[in-house]
Amino acid sequence: MFKDLFQKKRKYATIPSERLERSGGPAEGERPKREIPEGLMSKCSKCGTIQYSKELEKNFKVCPSCGYHMRLNAMERIAMTLDPEGFIEFDSEMASVDPLQFPGYASKLEQQQSKTGQVEAVITGQGTIGGHPVIVAVMNFEFFSGSMGSVVGEKITRAVEEATEKKLPMLIFSTSGGARMQESILSLMQMAKTSAALARFGEAGGLYISIITDPTTGGVSASFASLGDIIIAEPGAVFGFAGRIVIEQTIRQKLPDDFQTAEFNLQHGQLDLVVHRKEMRSTLTKLLELHDVKGGF
Amino acid sequence: MAGELPFEMPLVEMRKKIAELKQFGEEKGIDFTDEVARLEERYRVLAEEIYSNISAPQKMHLARHHGRPTSLDLIGLIFTDFMELHGDRLFGDDLAVVGGIAKLNGMPVTVIGQQRGKDTKENILRFFGSAHPEGFRKAMRLMKQAEKFGRPIITFIDTKGAYPGNTAEERGQSEAIARSLYDMSQLAVPVICVVIGEGGSGGALALAVGNRVLMLEHAIYSAISPNGAASILWKDAGKAEQAAEAMKITAADLLAMEVIEEIVPEPRGGAHHDYEATGAAIKDAVWRHLQELSGLDSAELKEDRYRKFRKIGEFAEGAQESAILEEEVQNVE
Repeated sequence: MFKDLFQKKRKYATIPSERLERSGGPAEGERPKREIPEGLMSKCSKCGTIQYSKELEKNFKVCPSCGYHMRLNAMERIAMTLDPEGFIEFDSEMASVDPLQFPGYASKLEQQQSKTGQVEAVITGQGTIGGHPVIVAVMNFEFFSGSMGSVVGEKITRAVEEATEKKLPMLIFSTSGGARMQESILSLMQMAKTSAALARFGEAGGLYISIITDPTTGGVSASFASLGDIIIAEPGAVFGFAGRIVIEQTIRQKLPDDFQTAEFNLQHGQLDLVVHRKEMRSTLTKLLELHDVKGGF
Repeated sequence: MAGELPFEMPLVEMRKKIAELKQFGEEKGIDFTDEVARLEERYRVLAEEIYSNISAPQKMHLARHHGRPTSLDLIGLIFTDFMELHGDRLFGDDLAVVGGIAKLNGMPVTVIGQQRGKDTKENILRFFGSAHPEGFRKAMRLMKQAEKFGRPIITFIDTKGAYPGNTAEERGQSEAIARSLYDMSQLAVPVICVVIGEGGSGGALALAVGNRVLMLEHAIYSAISPNGAASILWKDAGKAEQAAEAMKITAADLLAMEVIEEIVPEPRGGAHHDYEATGAAIKDAVWRHLQELSGLDSAELKEDRYRKFRKIGEFAEGAQESAILEEEVQNVE
């Protein structure tokens, strides 16, 4: 078929930027502007391959050349994973205050809100996956590096309490740089609060599936993200307590290349599954179905 | 006394002057009694002023003072018949955490503490009080053992944070801390936690999910060490003192935010000046809180602990703030 010919040709169009830079090509700022409409093409931040944004969307924002799972914001994640109809958001207006009067926090919050159009770093609500009703919390790395302050802790706790009340499975998609320093101790305490809520939910027999997405570290990694009955990660997702840089600086240890990736964690017994994004929906549907006894509990 | 901190230097200087004056007088046979008395009075006033206005950065240094009593020092002063128990039954025995059974006023209890070393050699052995997963898992094993036999649990918090390293990550540092939070919240016996030095991050919280959380007067407790915060926020770990101020890490700050229940007073100038008095004050407070909790059954103890942590956090519910936000977003557009 002619189609095959064209497909072959399309491969030639990809220009890994790395090679460009190595061969002494112009630096980022100096490069002459090309007449490409904004957003038409996307570049993989891992391998540098350039492709049509539409193609990338169709491929779940996974790079077709290297398999890199690009970061999604919470809305994209919900659209990609939940059934299209019937998502009801909880506490959509809950916003951070500046309890410690921390220098620069109030303006940083405003800046994050106008940058992302989101109020905070997590969206919680009720929806269905493959027809199975679930309570979900989806974190947003775009907003303040997905850091957990009082609002993230409170929204997740309320969602877990709702799941306990309604006897529904709980799903949390984590991505976070850790605690929100600007709320110091209050942010630390959200780790205990969310974990305690999950303990009650667990005691009541609730199913909790934790999905680790890139990156999940610090206080989120060391609380609810690690407490799933089943813990799933996307390929390549960084999942760990102390960041690579912190470890290299404090302990001066040589770290393996795949340190804290999903694959590393799977090998060390910290995960149940590593699941490609395009199979996430079907995997979750199957798991929900396997637990679908008396409506979930 | 050795080990004075920079903010105590004016007092050191003055003590030196007084001693010099006394010695000079003795040598020369001159009577300086009045002068010495005047200086000593001035010393008392200055000491009062300095020690009653200890700032957050100064507390950070006091909390990390090398002479500050460690968990084992305090266990020896507060309890009798302490028998240390070892190991997590899964991997090893982490010396950054100590624990065992002891008696408090004759009552068997389980006591667990994070343990710094007294010198470099011991610090290497104890990883400077920073636990690996096996440390948290040992603590949890001992807590479950206490629960089985109906013993109250007392924990001492004193760590810069959980150990950041490859080995800790491989063995599930995140899981160990998370599981500790989860399991402690469900314990059916009274749990009292005392922050005795530095309460750093998740590594501290992992042993601090108690019905009551107390803090020594000069102890500090925060989501990240002031040094860590400074290097992330201002790309300068040297600004730790500034971060210590901004992060509200003192016992008084935490009491005001209702994160802790009580401040346990320290001898003037800090716990390192008088171990016995520090131990006695902690013993008194812990015993009092245990008595208060003695009337609760296991379900009530769990509920009490849940409520304590459930209420922590400050946020705005909505409507107004989000209206402002929408307006701002529109303006930006």
